[in-house]
Amino acid sequence: MDNLVEIKNVTFGYGERPILKGINLAARRGQVVAIMGSSGCGKTTLLRLIGGQIKPDSGSVQVAGQNVSELDTDGLYELRRKMGMLFQFGALFTDMSVFDNIAFQMREHTQLPEEIIRDLVLMKLHAVGLRGAADLMPSELSGGMARRVALARSIALEPMLVMYDEPFAGLDPISLGVIGNLIRRLTDTLGLTSIVVTHDVQESLKIVDYVYFVSEGVIEAEGTAEEMRASGLPFVHQFVHGEPDGPVPFHYPARAYAEDLRLAL
Amino acid sequence: MIAPLRLVANLGRHTLEAVARIGVATRFFLATLLRSGTAFRRFGLTIREIYFAGVLSLIIILVSGLFVGMVLGLQGFETLQTYGSESALGVLVALSLVRELGPVVAALLFASRAGSAITAEIGLMKATEQLAAMEMMAVDPVARVVAPRFWAGVLSMPLLAALFSAMGIFGGYLVGVVLIGVDEGSFWSQMQAQVDFEEDILNGVIKSVVFGVAVTAIALFEGYDAPPTAEGVSRATTRTVVTSSLVILALDFVLTAFMFRGVG
Amino acid sequence: MSKAWLDLWVGLFVVAGIGALLFLALKVGNMSSVRMADSYQVSAHFDNIGGLKVRAPVKSAGVVVGRVTGISFDDKTYEAEVVLSLDQRYAFPKDTSASILTSGLLGEQYIGLEAGGDSVKLNNGDRVRLTQSAVVLENLIGQFLFSKAQEGASNETAQ
Repeated sequence: MDNLVEIKNVTFGYGERPILKGINLAARRGQVVAIMGSSGCGKTTLLRLIGGQIKPDSGSVQVAGQNVSELDTDGLYELRRKMGMLFQFGALFTDMSVFDNIAFQMREHTQLPEEIIRDLVLMKLHAVGLRGAADLMPSELSGGMARRVALARSIALEPMLVMYDEPFAGLDPISLGVIGNLIRRLTDTLGLTSIVVTHDVQESLKIVDYVYFVSEGVIEAEGTAEEMRASGLPFVHQFVHGEPDGPVPFHYPARAYAEDLRLAL
Repeated sequence: MIAPLRLVANLGRHTLEAVARIGVATRFFLATLLRSGTAFRRFGLTIREIYFAGVLSLIIILVSGLFVGMVLGLQGFETLQTYGSESALGVLVALSLVRELGPVVAALLFASRAGSAITAEIGLMKATEQLAAMEMMAVDPVARVVAPRFWAGVLSMPLLAALFSAMGIFGGYLVGVVLIGVDEGSFWSQMQAQVDFEEDILNGVIKSVVFGVAVTAIALFEGYDAPPTAEGVSRATTRTVVTSSLVILALDFVLTAFMFRGVG
Repeated sequence: MSKAWLDLWVGLFVVAGIGALLFLALKVGNMSSVRMADSYQVSAHFDNIGGLKVRAPVKSAGVVVGRVTGISFDDKTYEAEVVLSLDQRYAFPKDTSASILTSGLLGEQYIGLEAGGDSVKLNNGDRVRLTQSAVVLENLIGQFLFSKAQEGASNETAQ
């Protein structure tokens, strides 16, 4: 099996602040790959690099053999048609119905007649179990339903790669399971490659093939879900078992407590 | 650093920031113009925005126009009566509306009704990552979202200003002729004799087009540039109304100085 | 809202807006009266044009037949040269006279044309020979006071 996405030695920073410090990462075709780490460690930045929304300071990001940062706008847009992305809160177009949201890309990028678009949209909605909600507006959906609609939208044009930005954030346990299952099932049935960025360890370990742990801009650990559960690395252990203190400290770096409180020493 | 120096440094920093922002806004404006193809090729997108910018502003424009015209009729009559030239009431109402009040007040109302709505909508689309989602779907948000709104605003503004003026003249007619009893014949004939098509009406239309460009461009930029937070969007909306009002009045002065210079 | 309704509303809005523009152009403005395209120009010299302004109407028998399109000063004759654009539909004899009149006591000033009896008509570029200058109110009042004073003086001598 070859790699659909390959990230080699990538560094990136906003201004002076470095976010990624030499990341190596690969996603094989047909797999669900998770990128985990605590909030604000640069996971979402990785997705934006793959989507070409930002360019790395050094290193290369390759998708399907193309170097994303070297593409011009047309090439980038061509590549993005083969990518889907599920945004953190769905990012559904609030001025369109569920149906129009999913039909959006088909209408923008294809010349398909409206009857075929209708059938395709209903098929996508059926895949996420929301065929009956086609005529609702996004404001009428619950958080979990909105996430499923967004998922249907991200696979609207049968992409080769789907990226999920925190797909589990803010969902109830049932919706959580539904989304997790959908990601796994769609990946297998449509032959997708999925990259899931998340901090929800328990849910994602159930569905992923391979996991990367990111902390402070570097990969701390990687391996299959089984390997991660069994891992003895302190960072992974802390993360998987959700311990409050450990290699990732509870306290933000600060001066000595006593000094901050101006206690006489 | 000592206090006065810090003040000067602050002033310098703010100036630099303002200049940089104007630069970004100009680039955004040019990008909107360059990527306007979609707005015309798929004119349905623009029609939809004309509904939101133009049709939904109709009521406030028509009602305000009527009242402004009626007030002009009353005040104008009071003043003209002193000189015994009430028959010039039509001219006074028509010229004030067509040259100044029509374009300016309609644009101010448009800025607070449609401009703020545009900023809030674009700002929220940005805050909820809808614009980023569009980009990831290989759809250019400037072409798909910004440009249709821009052209809708530019097309709606002169129509709204014309409706405002027409409604205002009707209001002046109501008060002057129907209520007070100024002679109807001289009301209209003096108006026709003194209001020039090119000098007054066409210049008024040109003004309203310029205001339409300014208000819509400001509203779109503020929305697109808004920090993706609730506070950011609300501040951007306020800024749209304040900035466009000031720009309308300043532009009005400049345009008036050029258009009506040395005439009359 | 369905697309058909939306289109209808926008259509109505555009029709109303264009209707308002036409109303302004035809009913409020003077686009219907004189079109500058089909006009011919004649000039006239005046000793004093008073408060005459460009775009002031040119009337004959009370009907607007044209507009003043240019006012300049001729430093050879020390007179004002006024260019009139007259509607192509109306022809005037060569010996037509032009005078600067005022509508009402304080109204705007306009040019009145009084047709003569010549069989040759005025053509583009011709000059109106017979002119009468504007009545300047101050001069008028001055003359009035002067004549009153004289009247008083002659009455005294008569007594």
